[in-house]
Amino acid sequence: MENLERMLTEHPFFEGLNKRCLQMLVECASNVRFDAGEVIFREGEEAGLFYLIRHGRVSVETFAPNRGPVIIQTLGEGDLLGWSWLIEPYRWRFEARAVELTRAIALDGTCLRGKCAEDHELGYELMKRIAYVIENRLQATRLQLLNVYDGIRS
Amino acid sequence: MVADLSDPMVPSPFCLQKVRKETYDTFTLELEPANGADGFPFAAGQFNMLYAFGIGEAPLSISGDPAKPQTLVHTVRAVGAVTQAICRLKRGDVLGVRGPFGNHWPMEEAVGSDVVIVAGGIGLAPLRPALYYLLSNREKYGRIAVIYGARTLEDLLYKPELEQWRSQFDLDVDVTVDTAPASYRGNVGVVTTLIPRARFDPFHAVALVCGPEVMMRFTVRELESRGVDPENIFISLERNMRCGIGFCGHCQFGSAFICKDGPVFCYAEIQPFFAKREI
Repeated sequence: MENLERMLTEHPFFEGLNKRCLQMLVECASNVRFDAGEVIFREGEEAGLFYLIRHGRVSVETFAPNRGPVIIQTLGEGDLLGWSWLIEPYRWRFEARAVELTRAIALDGTCLRGKCAEDHELGYELMKRIAYVIENRLQATRLQLLNVYDGIRS
Repeated sequence: MVADLSDPMVPSPFCLQKVRKETYDTFTLELEPANGADGFPFAAGQFNMLYAFGIGEAPLSISGDPAKPQTLVHTVRAVGAVTQAICRLKRGDVLGVRGPFGNHWPMEEAVGSDVVIVAGGIGLAPLRPALYYLLSNREKYGRIAVIYGARTLEDLLYKPELEQWRSQFDLDVDVTVDTAPASYRGNVGVVTTLIPRARFDPFHAVALVCGPEVMMRFTVRELESRGVDPENIFISLERNMRCGIGFCGHCQFGSAFICKDGPVFCYAEIQPFFAKREI
């Protein structure tokens, strides 16, 4: 447990979070690892967990007709993987696969939702942090959609 | 004998020695003076006006090694009439060259600091001379991080060199593409997503940025949020350069002319104009 608390404290996603909240999170956390090529979750499956990547890299993928599986984004050390555990109907929208050996902290979504409902300070802290991640991913997606690399000279 | 570039408005004939296809629409050209003279010295970040006879001129950054001025190297993307004509040239064909014009990347000012290079798309071409310079003077600099983004794997420039740079222990090279097949093992995402992960000391780093302006705006934001001082962020801008010497006014940017006062600008100095739509 002490080890998990230290790992949570060291992860950028929980930077600055107070000890009381951290201790509540530890009760929902576990240490996980995925081998290169291992599927972490599949599109449509129940989103029971989310992951804080400690080492390694994960690709977020979808299947496009006539193109096959396509990588949408690659996540790495310090990143958060997955927020479908927070939003109904709690189903993964994409597939995630470890590109290389990946170590992460898994957090149980059902456990966390329960704790957030009981303790609004924890809930607010978690929402703020997840909103920040979502905002960054939204901006990155907008840039991807802009296809910004076209039409300039060298 | 050095190539005669004494009159900046008169093109000198250069002969195309080698063409390498980088992507489906981008080519790297190696040119030498047609009269057998030596090349001309240039600094990393400068550009030339390349003249396709009978078609017109286009401003193109020099993408070669400043330590090897005998061969003039340009990477050209065929996007308009002139660049399409240049890209159609064959070995032995002649084109006109005026230059070198403009200022350069702050290589001397960056001595002793970490250097982070952020390139988007063909923006890697004007930054490649800076990277050559850094590698030739490796001991003068701290960490060097190269962050490069392109639309797809097929759009990446200088693939053999990228591989070589990635294998070097004194250089961190991170490449990302906007989309890739599932078999790809590298990064997928926009170039800005790599900045938080890049290894450099933001408080002692100089950033050199080149790419489309939208990408540069977001890159600057990301660099600032990591703590890089706007005084230490340098960007290379592009406008409609024509004369190359600040006479014609086509490339005016606020109170500056990009051809003469740029193309490299310190972000802190142009911050008020940079996001203005009208400029």
